[in-house]
Amino acid sequence: MTFRWDWLPKLAEGLLLTVEITAVCVAIGIVLGTLLAAGRVYGRRWLRLLCGVYIEFFRGTPLLVQVFIVYFGLPSIGVTLSAFTSAALALGLNTAAYQAEYLRGALQAVGSGQLQAARSVGMPLRQAVWSVVFPQAFRIVLPAWSNELIQMLKYSSIVFTITLYDLMGMGKKLAAKHFTYLEVFLVVALFYLAVVLILTQLLNLLERRTRLPGLGSDVEAPAKYRLWTPLRRPGGRGR
Amino acid sequence: MNPLLRVEDLHKRYGKEKVIRGVSFSLERGETKVVIGPSGTGKSTLLRCINQLTIPDKGRVWLEDVEITHARTNINHVRAQIGFVFQNFNLFTHLTALGNVRIGPIKVKGMKKDEATKLAMEELARVGLADKADAFPAELSGGQQQRVSIARALAMTPKLILFDEPTSALDPELIGEVLQVMIKLAQEGMTMLVVSHEMGFARSVADEIIFMEKGVIVEQCSPKLMFTCPSQPRTAEFLHKITELYGETEK
Amino acid sequence: MQALHDVAQYLPMLLRMSLINIALLGSLIAVGFTVGTLVAVVQVYGRRAASAAAGTYAWMFRSVPSLVMLFLFYYAPPRFGVRVSPFLAATLALGLCSSAYQSQIFRGAIQAISSGQMQAARSLGMGRPRAVISIILPQAFRLAIPGWSNEFSSVVKDTTLAYVVGLNEVVRATKIINDTRYDLTMPALIVTALLFLVMTNAGNLALGGVERRFGIPGLQMPGRTRTTDMGR
Repeated sequence: MTFRWDWLPKLAEGLLLTVEITAVCVAIGIVLGTLLAAGRVYGRRWLRLLCGVYIEFFRGTPLLVQVFIVYFGLPSIGVTLSAFTSAALALGLNTAAYQAEYLRGALQAVGSGQLQAARSVGMPLRQAVWSVVFPQAFRIVLPAWSNELIQMLKYSSIVFTITLYDLMGMGKKLAAKHFTYLEVFLVVALFYLAVVLILTQLLNLLERRTRLPGLGSDVEAPAKYRLWTPLRRPGGRGR
Repeated sequence: MNPLLRVEDLHKRYGKEKVIRGVSFSLERGETKVVIGPSGTGKSTLLRCINQLTIPDKGRVWLEDVEITHARTNINHVRAQIGFVFQNFNLFTHLTALGNVRIGPIKVKGMKKDEATKLAMEELARVGLADKADAFPAELSGGQQQRVSIARALAMTPKLILFDEPTSALDPELIGEVLQVMIKLAQEGMTMLVVSHEMGFARSVADEIIFMEKGVIVEQCSPKLMFTCPSQPRTAEFLHKITELYGETEK
Repeated sequence: MQALHDVAQYLPMLLRMSLINIALLGSLIAVGFTVGTLVAVVQVYGRRAASAAAGTYAWMFRSVPSLVMLFLFYYAPPRFGVRVSPFLAATLALGLCSSAYQSQIFRGAIQAISSGQMQAARSLGMGRPRAVISIILPQAFRLAIPGWSNEFSSVVKDTTLAYVVGLNEVVRATKIINDTRYDLTMPALIVTALLFLVMTNAGNLALGGVERRFGIPGLQMPGRTRTTDMGR
């Protein structure tokens, strides 16, 4: 087994792209996901339906297919985006659907009492939701959201299929040179493990810092997310 | 003639708290003894030390000639001969009443399914629940569940049955059906060691009552003696309180 | 619509290829289930070292992307003289990744079972292994059904990842269509997406039925059982 030191800077480059893509798609996911969640919980019938269909589609179909739709499908109907944009878009749309579901659960977990109390002092719906419900909901959703972040980090590896040189893509490039797939990808695996470990610790810290006494994380996270506390482990799952 | 059960100088502590501090007694074949005392005095722990669900720190226990506490004893063998009835029944939730009763004979004693089923139905009939054989625990009342758990213990044809506060988790109106079964068993000659608050039961069926407090046996004598003239003041005090609280349940 | 008509021609091919995905699904779930159960049991009942090892295994296979595992399982064996087919590599890689998730689901279920069950089993004279097999696991599996159906949905979609090691499955088919009939790319991809939508929903429905059939009255995971999460 031959390992080469000069892999490290290249892989670091790839890691940087991985982090970039993850950050961008999660950002898209937060914004879009929040809108979708709000639409599902507070919207009128047609809005709820629309958001529901969106969420159903993006959670029920494979991520790879979604990426291909954006990168290969769109050009065939006249819309061509760069690889990076395609990746960020596809991943962003995907994570938005999952985040919407978690946030929806959190919003519902906050309890209608809170909303009613806010409305009864005269707050308009939008303000009530924004200043009373959301702050609580965000703390409740934090574990599931942290989990989602880690999931996206891992699934961002899929972008190498559309010729992006993220950690995965860079690994493939290096490995293909001298057919050292085993060595390179062992290192790549270690890179991912390290990043996940660090990220997990940071997210733990974030959760501790923002904890509100009395506000449990009793969100409807699926059974396996419950194993997410107290020692944070990457829960969640695939797409 | 060897006593069926012999407990010698048992000690057990949880952290800093000494729960059992030197307990010794024995049980002859066919005897029924009831252990009473304030909560937290190690009565349940005592029972669990006998079948080693809890390992005592010190002391020895014998079942006939076999020393249960000996390191080389096959505890599964011993447990198959001692029945245990839990305070919260612990019926296997994924099995019907019949399933619960026959699983012991099948899996532990290697009995054939039809034979075990026949045996199980007999034991269910013995506790008065033959018609509930196909019910799941969640579909049974507390009293019925406890009776099934007694049948489950009986199906193993044990030499001795330990009862850990069998009626404490039951609604008052369901206690009677369980006590009936236990009285019947005692009258049929089953060797029983019961931890309970049910004074009426103790009085009518026990050969001896053991009063435990703070991890030691304060007094043990026949029910008649204990209820009429207990030798220890603490015993009298406790009995007074408990008969006040639980009332005299004459069965 | 010409495009629609043309796509219909490719439909049989797409359907045939998706059978490969389903086959992969079956085999990887078999691997994931057996290994997952083993890991869970070791993690809960094993000795310190074994339990820690099981936990570490589970953590590793959940932290490393499935794609990395796919590459390792496909390209590493040839280095030791063993040729591995894409199907086998995918079965092992995805199967072991799934086993890590499944082990945590089963572990949660096992731990949700009251300790009284084990005590009752032991007090009948059952040895530990026997008690785990006959009393604990049957209940644990039932408790695990909702969480497991989430995992099932994820894994259905993950079969597409086998594309990267060259498996002849449905995404590869869409790529082929993309190469030969560029204009049919979008419809083909949409159809594929819908196929998966059908598969995941069918799976969920089936598992819902299983839960109804085998669920024990009164046996439920604490907290939310039926999740709204359609599965990842």
